[in-house]
Amino acid sequence: MAFIHSIDFYLPNNELSNQDLTRQFPEWNVEKISAKTGIKKRFIADEHEFASDMAIKAANKLFEKTKFDKSKIDFLIYCTQSPDYLLPTTACIIQDRLNLNKIGAFDFNLGCSGYIYGLSIAKGFISSGIANNILFITSETYSKYINEKDKSNRTIFGDAASATIITKEKGLCKIGNFELGSDGSGSENLIVKSSGVKGSKLYNELEKTDEFGNIHSDKDLYMNGPEIFNFTGTFVPNLIHSFLLKVNVEFDDVDFFVFHQANKFMLDYLRKKTKIPKEKFILELEDYGNTVSSTIPIALCKIVEKGKVNSGKKVLVAGFGVGFSWGASILDF
Amino acid sequence: MKKDFLKNFESILDEEPNFKLEMNSKFRDLDEWDSLTALSLIVMLDEKYNVKLSGDQIKVFETLEDIFNIL
Repeated sequence: MAFIHSIDFYLPNNELSNQDLTRQFPEWNVEKISAKTGIKKRFIADEHEFASDMAIKAANKLFEKTKFDKSKIDFLIYCTQSPDYLLPTTACIIQDRLNLNKIGAFDFNLGCSGYIYGLSIAKGFISSGIANNILFITSETYSKYINEKDKSNRTIFGDAASATIITKEKGLCKIGNFELGSDGSGSENLIVKSSGVKGSKLYNELEKTDEFGNIHSDKDLYMNGPEIFNFTGTFVPNLIHSFLLKVNVEFDDVDFFVFHQANKFMLDYLRKKTKIPKEKFILELEDYGNTVSSTIPIALCKIVEKGKVNSGKKVLVAGFGVGFSWGASILDF
Repeated sequence: MKKDFLKNFESILDEEPNFKLEMNSKFRDLDEWDSLTALSLIVMLDEKYNVKLSGDQIKVFETLEDIFNIL
């Protein structure tokens, strides 16, 4: 058995409000952004603040809050698509900067499904006796990949990091079973093309205007919103129902659904398609935006803080997106 | 049918369109056309016509007639 012991998160200092965005893009309307995306502000890392810095701040915040003895951490897992270097793995750098013991540490590269995958890896390590107290960090600075003139992506994405301690002993909630999957035929729909060993050789860096008037080059983050929307709209409702069938949990017995907080418009659509009652469906993106692998831990943190979940509650978590990649799990509080 | 379609299309817009919507109107010329409006269009076609509009179709289509033809 494995438990989430505690969660915390970190947001960088620079607030980017909808008013800030409409100043740069006068055709963008503040009310429309708020109403459709459900996002009022997002936070953006400084030029000299990187995902690893945010990861360390999130972890330190968690250690401070919980008084968890750092020396008991015996494994570090780091989820990011904004590594400091291609090599070495950023987790080694974080191990050192956090003054952790000389424990096992590695990165894995996933986005919106990353938190679910991280929980599954941590649970596997604990169940097999490889580790007892795992520090799992997610951190992302998509802002550094987004073109200044890309109105859509600048509206949606925010930077953030989260830290979770996963233990063998009893904690906040028990981590249940998993459903994990991928479909790489959708890989080009959310991509930084000119990146990595292959991509940086294949693509040019000229700026282009896309069909919605957003400007970006192959060096920047590209998102095919309609395709991602279509994929999640058909896929996620099936994922939820097949997962519940697999783990033998009745749909009505789930107390809360915490989905990857992509944007409100998509979440409303998914909620309706999955037939989830409004009061069971968590929306926690107004003050953060889509923070990729940190949206689920931030939402979990907030519902615990607000006293929404307590002992005995079942929470279904589901992440989906870049890859395409997806995962779902159930947490017993 | 075409009349209904035009009405349904207009319903996804938050503001009065900047020109009269006809079947040969180019939807990208709408002041309000952006990625959020495209998502509203996808949802409207799904809910009202049970038709899936792909990202590629949005890229190549130009007029309302082009969209109407897949219904």
